[in-house]
Amino acid sequence: MAKITLSNLRHSYLSTPSGPQDYALKEIDLDWQDGGAYALLGPSGCGKSTLLNIISGLLTPSEGRILFDDRDVTDLPPDQRNIAQVFQFPVIYDTMTVRDNLAFPLRNRGVDEAKIAERVAEIAEMLDVVEMLDTRAAHLSPDNKQKISMGRGLVRDDVNVVMFDEPLTVIDPHLKWKLRSKLKELHQRVKATMIYVTHDQTEALTFADQVVVMQDGEIVQIGTPVELFERPQHTFVGHFIGSPGMNILPVLEQDGQIMFDGQNIAVEGTITGAGGTTELGVRPEFVTLSDTGLPARVRKVSDVGRHAVVDAMVGDTSIKAVVDHADVLQGAEVHLAFRQDQTRLYRDGWIATEAAQ
Amino acid sequence: MKTENQRAWFFVLPVLLLVAFNALVPIMTVVNYSVQETFGNNVFFWQGLDWFEQILRSDRFHAALGRQFLFTFLILIIEIPLGIIIALSMPRKGIWVPVCLVTMALPMLIPWNVVGAMWNIFTLPKIGLLGYFMNDVLGVNYDMTQDPLAAWITIIVMDVWHWTSLVVLLAYAGLVSIPDAYYQAAKIDGASPWKVFRYIQLPKMKTVLTIAILLRFMDSFNIYTEPFVLTGGGPGNSTTLLSIDLVKIALGQFDLGPAAAMSLIYFAITLLVSWLFYTLMTKDDAK
Repeated sequence: MAKITLSNLRHSYLSTPSGPQDYALKEIDLDWQDGGAYALLGPSGCGKSTLLNIISGLLTPSEGRILFDDRDVTDLPPDQRNIAQVFQFPVIYDTMTVRDNLAFPLRNRGVDEAKIAERVAEIAEMLDVVEMLDTRAAHLSPDNKQKISMGRGLVRDDVNVVMFDEPLTVIDPHLKWKLRSKLKELHQRVKATMIYVTHDQTEALTFADQVVVMQDGEIVQIGTPVELFERPQHTFVGHFIGSPGMNILPVLEQDGQIMFDGQNIAVEGTITGAGGTTELGVRPEFVTLSDTGLPARVRKVSDVGRHAVVDAMVGDTSIKAVVDHADVLQGAEVHLAFRQDQTRLYRDGWIATEAAQ
Repeated sequence: MKTENQRAWFFVLPVLLLVAFNALVPIMTVVNYSVQETFGNNVFFWQGLDWFEQILRSDRFHAALGRQFLFTFLILIIEIPLGIIIALSMPRKGIWVPVCLVTMALPMLIPWNVVGAMWNIFTLPKIGLLGYFMNDVLGVNYDMTQDPLAAWITIIVMDVWHWTSLVVLLAYAGLVSIPDAYYQAAKIDGASPWKVFRYIQLPKMKTVLTIAILLRFMDSFNIYTEPFVLTGGGPGNSTTLLSIDLVKIALGQFDLGPAAAMSLIYFAITLLVSWLFYTLMTKDDAK
């Protein structure tokens, strides 16, 4: 186990990058604490897998260093970094039994057979695969194959970090939930640092203590699931996390007042900075239908079970509100109110209000 | 609802007719010859299984069959590993891929009798480049028209030159279908290059290698043109493989009955060995 430090990391797949647009990863500085459960969340193509492959050593970064417990491992190959990685598609050795699959990383490192048997038994018990130990791995179902891939990572007790690269992609929906809770349980038992890459916010938020949100090769926010939900540092995070995502409204800043559609909107606290493009962010959960406030016309009401999502138009802008009961009809004239301590100003995408005291 | 009628036969009929004319009818003619004797004038006498017995007891047939198995065994034992090694060392991406593939495919595009003629000229002492080089430059006595060993080495090398590419292309197709994640996982698991080959590449190539072995077996077991053009079965009978011998009996001596019986035995052996290969190589998957 180890603390992992990424310092001034940059990576480009081109040999001579001419500008920031050529970098798959732009300037990453990050510490992964020992024993933490992290999720790396972002849309496809944002550089998550690149970052993962750099940590595992499958890729060498163009610039910057990677430290495991302050030891520089940037130039070490994957097998000398003591890391484990679970891939999107289960990788198993078809011709071997499940037992041999699990023992494979240990045998390659010359661990003695008694120790191997002990570790394999322990991991098999943890993963609930004891009864299939002697079957050929080729005949397993995808979720069991993925379990075996995980097992091969966990079987080494000196592993620095276990990385998961969208491991549930090929798993049936009803088994995803099972495997996800298994992962969480495993993390509590083995206490290894785990990094989980995904573009699925549910997976990220349920697995991780800390979520790292990435966009276009940059880290936009690191925080607990609650922090990401309540105080997105960037409109991207607000929009990407939550269902539906945060309402982002174009606003004007006039003499310290925030004007939207001719109305003055109260925000949470002191406004910082000046100029730039200003936007207002408020989550649909904190928008209510009331008697006073922004006049709007209801465009659509979708009942999603526990609550309903009301989509209302203010001018040309759509604002979504989450309400308990959808007692309004399409086309109705309503008024919208924003909860002040949950209404924030964003300047050029980044948050520009301080939290209320 | 199941409709019961015989209309489906109409769809099968064209294929059935085609197969009948290009396979069943010729084979049945051969079967017909194999149990009869003729002295010309289209008069036939019933002979029963005598020809089969005669062929199966003949030393000439045993010798040709032995040579045939030796030839097939030698080319398989060379071409399959060599093909795998070449496929493993070929680039997986980049501009060299098409160059390698086309170079590999070239020998297979040459007509068989041209291959025989090429190697004949190439290896003739005094005239051929290789023959001249071996005899007059290296001073090694090499004459495939006189020396059975030289003749054997030449037909083996010729076949390896002509057909290893097939194994290479099939093995290569198997290799490129392996996702990168397998190699990455193996790297992380600390697997040696040998283990990567043994547990990832070889299992993934198994299907295509089964096809490669079957094709090479059948082709080499039935080989005729190249050795016939190169050595004519000589010197003596040393390179007279089964099909060459068969043609000698059928068209040289015009012994239709024994030739027909020999063809059927030949066919049965090819079928049996192919079936054995296939069953043995696919038996693991059925489990």
